[in-house]
Amino acid sequence: MPTDTLPNPGTDPEKTPARGTGELIRLEQVTKRFGSNTVLDHLDFSVDAGKHVTLIGPSGSGKTTILRLLMTLLKPDEGTITVDGQQLFPASDKQVREVRKKIGMVFQQFNLFPNMTVLRNITEAPVTVLGLSKDEAVERAKGLLDLVGLADKCDAHPAQLSGGQQQRVAIARALAMRPQVLLLDEVTSALDPELVAGVLDVLRDIARSTDITMLCVTHEMNFARDISDRVLMFDHGRIIESGTPEKIFSDPELDRTREFLSAVL
Amino acid sequence: MTSGLWELVLKGVWVTVQLLVCSALLGAAVSFAVGVARTHRLWIVRFLAGLYTEVFRGTSALVMIFWVYFVLPIAFGWQLVPLWAGTLALGLTYGAYGSEIVRGALNAVDPAQKEGGIALSFTPWQRLRLILLPQAVPEMIPPFSNLLVELLKGTALVSIMGMGDLAFSGNLVRLALQESAEIYTIVLLIYFVIAFVLTRGMRGLERKLKTGTNKPVGSTPDQELDRAQTTGVGGAVA
Amino acid sequence: MKWDWSAVSGFLPHLWDGLLVTLQILALGSLISFALGLVWALLMRVPSRWVTWPVGVVTEFVRNTPLLVQLFFLFYVLPEWGLTFSALTTGVFAIGLHYSTYTMQVYRAGIEAVPVGQWEAATALNLPLRRTWTAVILPQAVRRVVPALGNYVISMLKDTPMVMAITVLEMLGQARLYSQEHFQFTEPLTVIGVAFIVISYLASLALRALERRLAH
Repeated sequence: MPTDTLPNPGTDPEKTPARGTGELIRLEQVTKRFGSNTVLDHLDFSVDAGKHVTLIGPSGSGKTTILRLLMTLLKPDEGTITVDGQQLFPASDKQVREVRKKIGMVFQQFNLFPNMTVLRNITEAPVTVLGLSKDEAVERAKGLLDLVGLADKCDAHPAQLSGGQQQRVAIARALAMRPQVLLLDEVTSALDPELVAGVLDVLRDIARSTDITMLCVTHEMNFARDISDRVLMFDHGRIIESGTPEKIFSDPELDRTREFLSAVL
Repeated sequence: MTSGLWELVLKGVWVTVQLLVCSALLGAAVSFAVGVARTHRLWIVRFLAGLYTEVFRGTSALVMIFWVYFVLPIAFGWQLVPLWAGTLALGLTYGAYGSEIVRGALNAVDPAQKEGGIALSFTPWQRLRLILLPQAVPEMIPPFSNLLVELLKGTALVSIMGMGDLAFSGNLVRLALQESAEIYTIVLLIYFVIAFVLTRGMRGLERKLKTGTNKPVGSTPDQELDRAQTTGVGGAVA
Repeated sequence: MKWDWSAVSGFLPHLWDGLLVTLQILALGSLISFALGLVWALLMRVPSRWVTWPVGVVTEFVRNTPLLVQLFFLFYVLPEWGLTFSALTTGVFAIGLHYSTYTMQVYRAGIEAVPVGQWEAATALNLPLRRTWTAVILPQAVRRVVPALGNYVISMLKDTPMVMAITVLEMLGQARLYSQEHFQFTEPLTVIGVAFIVISYLASLALRALERRLAH
């Protein structure tokens, strides 16, 4: 496989200082309310480049909201968000578009474009946003489809694929933009149980072989343990505990974390 | 405009309102009779009611008006006064559209409700009157409101036959003044105001009928897509 | 009641002439209503009251007033303003404009029915707004609205006879002319009545076939 097909090739993601080492994402005093419901409460946290961070916690605790804020699908009510040294909020529309190029997202419901073939789903944005030629985009897409094990599905439409296949296409689509950050929003929650493993294997592969920064909301604790450098436990819009997966999953400090983990494991 | 011409316009409004009320009443009667017949247990009743709907929705309201004015008198020896001829043509045509609304609303009632009626050993007529209609009628109001506006617009067609309605009086004033922008603007505005009053009235009626049930007032985007199929001059031969 | 077949055969050539005009009005009127309705629907999504309010009022006004009076308005008023068109052109435009206020509602519903996830995916891929509309939203919306648009074409067919009021000789106009010349009303009027039923029935069959194809 040509290294070209991988998002941010690096020989050894653990050690090699790739581009943008150090702090990549920074949230300061970020607050988000829906009506009278405060989903994020003066939240501070940062993620270093190349790290894989998993957000866990009960539903409604604000994990998904963080991903949606980073993807600019939502605007915070207060606070600042910085990505790779550039402000994402507050910022002008033009600036937002610039910063957004660094971020890719995979959704719970896949959100593939049903009116386009698999190939076109993947090439659309590289051509119209990054200005790649059609041939370049197709070559990149084919490499990525190879990576996710769907090289034979180029001309299929999303409706002809299983949920697991659709989600793998969605991963390829996000990677085709060569983002520095990949946001994964409960990517296996909408899948039938037997299809989950295939999607997680692809993500493990990407986590191992690239230096892409990952922010992941998931209920798959084994997966979280495998790929994460750091796990953040959320409750009521705050991070109540954070640490290495070994620490959080085997020996959490707070009873609340223990309680949550025993309920989901 | 002189006061004489204004009087002409007001007379036209009066004729339009009369025609609207009469044809709406006939149309409502046809809607319910045919709509209920289309849910009848005998196939022949369903077939005849369906045929009626197909034929009257399939043809054009204006062609129907011509037919009632010119063919009916020759064929059957009835010479109707213009108001009744207009009422008949409009009521029969728009009643066919209305029967689709009634049928749709009756079919949309939860089948368990019908079974409940059977369990209480109601007669079919009692089931219809006591269980089906009270639940179905509030759902019919929004599409009927649209249909009523379509009927109002349809009343203008009788002016082609020389009946002195609002549209006709507009033509007379144009001839008198040799100027058209002002009078047609006024006529259109009057129609718009009548339509506005009708929709407001129907919305009030809907709210009144729906108090006590938890159903929301107003239509959702999904219903909007269906609307073309059930309402107004809109609607295919289904 | 007497039925005279010779009157039917005498009228038939006129029926074909009228049918041709009717279909012409229908085709052009449909195109105008499809295009203009989309323009209205998109304008209604501009995030400014200065756009949505006037568009909303004008389209509401056109939708809730009789097409017949609108025909008179355009036919008699436009020449006063120095704009002269043929009666046929005026009729086509009036019908297209009138029905565009219906198709805009169909488009609106179709656009709103596109799942919000599609917008989000487009944002996540950083697609420009224009491209999001043309490549993602509209192709999906249009697919959904084809059946409803088709229904309005059939409705429009049944409104085409109104243009006889501004002197256009479509089917009904031909029937009236023939009736007055030959004092035979029953046959021509019945023939075109049946013609409308047959055409709209065939059109609804075609529409259902189209719907089935789109469903796949």
